Amino acid sequence: MHLAYPAVLAVLLFCTGLYGVLARRNAILVLMSVELMLNAVNLNLVAFDVWLRDTLHAGQALTLFTIAIAAAEIGIGLAIVLLVYRNRGSSDIDRLRDLAEKTGEADAADGTPQPDTKAEATA
Amino acid sequence: MTLAATAGHGFLSPTGVEIAFVLVGIATLGAAVITVTTRQLVHAALWLVVTLGGVAVAYLLLTAEFIAWVQVLIYVGSVVVLLLFGLMLTKAPIGRSPDADSGNRWAALAVALASAASLVWVVVDAFRATWINLDGPAQGSTEVSGRSLFQYWVLPFEALSVLLLAALVGAIVLSRKADGGKASVAALDNSASRAPAPREEQR
Repeated sequence: MHLAYPAVLAVLLFCTGLYGVLARRNAILVLMSVELMLNAVNLNLVAFDVWLRDTLHAGQALTLFTIAIAAAEIGIGLAIVLLVYRNRGSSDIDRLRDLAEKTGEADAADGTPQPDTKAEATA
Repeated sequence: MTLAATAGHGFLSPTGVEIAFVLVGIATLGAAVITVTTRQLVHAALWLVVTLGGVAVAYLLLTAEFIAWVQVLIYVGSVVVLLLFGLMLTKAPIGRSPDADSGNRWAALAVALASAASLVWVVVDAFRATWINLDGPAQGSTEVSGRSLFQYWVLPFEALSVLLLAALVGAIVLSRKADGGKASVAALDNSASRAPAPREEQR
């Protein structure tokens, strides 16, 4: 098999995940796109490992490690998203603007000085 | 762009494995594109299953069978289930949600297309004459993977288990309801001993 096929598939999967990370609004959909990008990296690792016939099988071992780290990442990420949802009543990453610099014209409604107490009242 | 690569392996005379890989790759890529563009949030998670399964088949075609089954078990079996639980717990709307994409999707599309074009150009230019020899014994059978994992990669393996434990404890601490600092610290101590069960009920 040509190495170009899995490499190009990995590139396209990575760029699809990149589009998803940049364009999605829901935080869980952003996490799904991150999973796509990690899968693209795994595909590259496996393809290059099979091509090089590495005696240590570094590519496949690192793929297993990446899968485990991705599982840990999705667990922590979902816990954070659930916590944000419980405190703010929304998991849209566009609306989590409490740390944004106040420009004065746009976010007057969002930029209340005590966002935690307001969020606790709504949640 | 020469189509005649080294040693008679041309792009115009593909082998059966290459045809299968291209077909699986098209299906995988289509499912991935639907995953990042659909407006129904639960359907995005279900199309992600198709994408991850397609990647698992690609691993099988690359003779990495152990990685393929690990992919099916962990990604399709647990990660997608976690994502679906997350969608349910955040009360994701069933049906079409018109605000699934943020306002900068055209900038995101431009960035993604530009990076795809440049990366595809670089990768094809670098590896168009490289041939993977898939003959002989399988590169990623369970015996080979286990032997290399426990001969050369034992220390990273154990460090990874510590990382998984830390992630587990962190997820428990994050998803507890905040009822005072001392109570959560005390609960952390006895939840570490029976770690998997409360994690499941918190989700």
